[in-house]
Amino acid sequence: MARIGVFVCHCGENIGRTVDCARVANELRDLPGVAHSVDYKYMCSDPGQSIVKQAIREKNLDGVIVAACSPHMHEKTFRRAVASEGLNPFLAEMANIREHCSWIHEDREKATDKAIEVCRSIVEKVKHNVPLETIRIPVTKRALVIGAGIAGIQAALDIADGGVEVVVVEKDPSIGGHMSQLSETFPTLDCSQCILTPRMVELYQHPNVKLITYAEVEEVSGYIGNFKVKIRQKARSVDADKCNGCGACAKACPNKKVPSEFDTGLGTRTAIYVPFPQAVPNIPVIDRAACALFRGRAKGLKKEACAKCREACSREAIDYDQQDTFIMQDIGAIVVATGYQLYSIGKDQPAGLTGYGEYGYGTIPDVIDGMQFERLASASGPTGGRIVRPSDGKEPKRIVFLQCIGSRDPAKGIEYCSKICCMYVAKHTMLYKHKVHDGQATVFYMDIRAAGKGYEEFTRRAIEEDGARYIRGRVSRLYRDGEVIKVQAFDTLSGEPILMDADMVVLATAMRPQPGIQLLAQTLSASYDQHGFFNEAHPKLRPVETNTAGIFLAGACQSPRDIPDSVAMASATAAKVLGMFSKDQLEREPTVARVDVSLCAGCFHCERVCPYGAITHLEIRDRKGNLVKVVADVNPGVCQGCGTCQATCPSKSVELSGFTDEQIYAAINALVL
Amino acid sequence: MAETSNGAFEPKVTAFVCNWCTYTGADLAGTSRLQMSPNVRIIRLPCTGRIDPLFIVKAFERGADGVIVSGCHPADCHYTSGNYHARRRFALFLELAGFMGIDPKRITFSWVSASEGGKWRDVVNDTVTRVRELGPFTAYRELAGKP
Repeated sequence: MARIGVFVCHCGENIGRTVDCARVANELRDLPGVAHSVDYKYMCSDPGQSIVKQAIREKNLDGVIVAACSPHMHEKTFRRAVASEGLNPFLAEMANIREHCSWIHEDREKATDKAIEVCRSIVEKVKHNVPLETIRIPVTKRALVIGAGIAGIQAALDIADGGVEVVVVEKDPSIGGHMSQLSETFPTLDCSQCILTPRMVELYQHPNVKLITYAEVEEVSGYIGNFKVKIRQKARSVDADKCNGCGACAKACPNKKVPSEFDTGLGTRTAIYVPFPQAVPNIPVIDRAACALFRGRAKGLKKEACAKCREACSREAIDYDQQDTFIMQDIGAIVVATGYQLYSIGKDQPAGLTGYGEYGYGTIPDVIDGMQFERLASASGPTGGRIVRPSDGKEPKRIVFLQCIGSRDPAKGIEYCSKICCMYVAKHTMLYKHKVHDGQATVFYMDIRAAGKGYEEFTRRAIEEDGARYIRGRVSRLYRDGEVIKVQAFDTLSGEPILMDADMVVLATAMRPQPGIQLLAQTLSASYDQHGFFNEAHPKLRPVETNTAGIFLAGACQSPRDIPDSVAMASATAAKVLGMFSKDQLEREPTVARVDVSLCAGCFHCERVCPYGAITHLEIRDRKGNLVKVVADVNPGVCQGCGTCQATCPSKSVELSGFTDEQIYAAINALVL
Repeated sequence: MAETSNGAFEPKVTAFVCNWCTYTGADLAGTSRLQMSPNVRIIRLPCTGRIDPLFIVKAFERGADGVIVSGCHPADCHYTSGNYHARRRFALFLELAGFMGIDPKRITFSWVSASEGGKWRDVVNDTVTRVRELGPFTAYRELAGKP
């Protein structure tokens, strides 16, 4: 007879309010095989865990059920407690009566009945649990950082400084990310480039860092400590080893009118280009869509339409025939730092977003977004830091900023707050005032969210010292009247409609995850939310981990983040990675499949459905060495424990430890009576 | 099947869900305090790929009035492809359900991701409402000669 202990947690009032925990404990006590059943206010607390440990000792328990929160929350906690008493940790399980019961039901009687049934089902399952040993796996002590904006750079440097090799993959030709485009940063107004570029150089020169720019992660296989990553190095058309970054190629390029991505379309670049002067590495790339030679080739021209850059290059570094190549890397841990994109003010909108037709869909040239304003205000920008109208180059004397464009607007497809816009709009009004002394900045806002060290003070400074006029209200329409933009709005504090003239309008558009992030998440087997931001494992206690072991999150790929937040997250991921690498072997849960060779007929259906190739062939021989049969075998180091093999096996000769048929049927039988 | 004190039919629904998407999505529904029907009991499995169609039959045999099977969306499977195997398996199973005396309307297949707490609530409520309309599942009890 089993000797199972049941421990029902009140979770303060979280469970106790809707579930009668004492009744749950009482009813469970009468079940056959239950030797002990109690309830307690906080089972996860130290005294709570002591109750569990004491009962194991005194009642000689051989199984433990903690009825409390989700196993995702505290299964590890209780398994540790159980193990400390010498009981195999896999004889302990949790019954979820908080997330799946007390929090979602109001009827106390029904919720209590449900809690009892859920506990009973787990009790029956645990009766069939067997002791399991954790699996030890080796660790490749090399990290991969995806994305080299400020978050990726910080994470990579912190890991590399810890003495571990780091591979950094950046999709753009240069590292630096969005931060390199910014003029000055809130709340200190220090120059973005001045604080970022030294870090970029440090990364480039770090002996532990292998930097792969203009490249993307194509495939990821394996598991924590043992990932195999395939990286596509896109063809630069320039031999990076020969190039010395002299810039003669770009000077020679006849196509000088390509809109510059770095300058958000406000400036131009050549077809062979370095994104910006401080780019790292300082190696150009040919934009094949804009290059006359490649366009000629695409049309099928026999002769090269242009080869000016190759002629100009004294080091013969230009290689028009360069192809994409693939780099394979063995990786132990992955940090995702892919950052964000801005809600487009153009007409083309992704599914689910409606865009802002009322603001002219970006057809009014002097309606720009926040990043374009950054480039105008930046000393390295297309205007050398002069704030002028894109349409006629005149200085705008009346500038209007609209906050929450896309953000906090469920009707337009995004309900979340983009977090940084209140602050950067305040910054923009200051930068504007510092450059256009006789100009007037007006801000239309919903609320001012300035929570952060020095943030509220910064916003007050914009209003009180730099004279920004803040109007609480929404703008309903922007339209052109000759040279001016008419701003039609409503002041929700005074209740007055407003019609005002502006020379330039800046839209603080929402932060969205990078395009293609879902594909990357699928490659990594990590989950993402309905907007495409990566999901953290726990919003409070595991904010930089994903639910996929060995994959960590830094910066705006997880949710809108400002620079200090992104840097803090990045350092946190580095701590996690270095902690993981401090051991030579990792422990993994023993949820793996095992084959009963006496039953296996060797049909190998399991081999065909296994996503990991964990099934091997095992030859069974008699004493004389004659082959009796070939059966399936599972490599426990490769098996990840999905159990697809077991559901597929016609003879039921493969079983997933922890989720055997015996256990599941026992759970089903106990649920419905 | 269960009856409350006033004799009204209260359906029992067993849900087989994967650990990574739907179980976590149901956790999120809890964290978001989304109120839903208390008639569903969840059995957690690593992946929908682990779900043997016989689990469903067993649940009905034991007296469930409805079953939910839910996992990660196509392409989002934590184990890369377990949900595809599940999808094929259950497309076939639904064809056979009628033959086994189970009205396919009693079974819900769904994809609920870790961020879709609201969708999980809808799946739960819709299934319970549908099964309530269908009435108790008695076919197997009658076969076994039970009242």
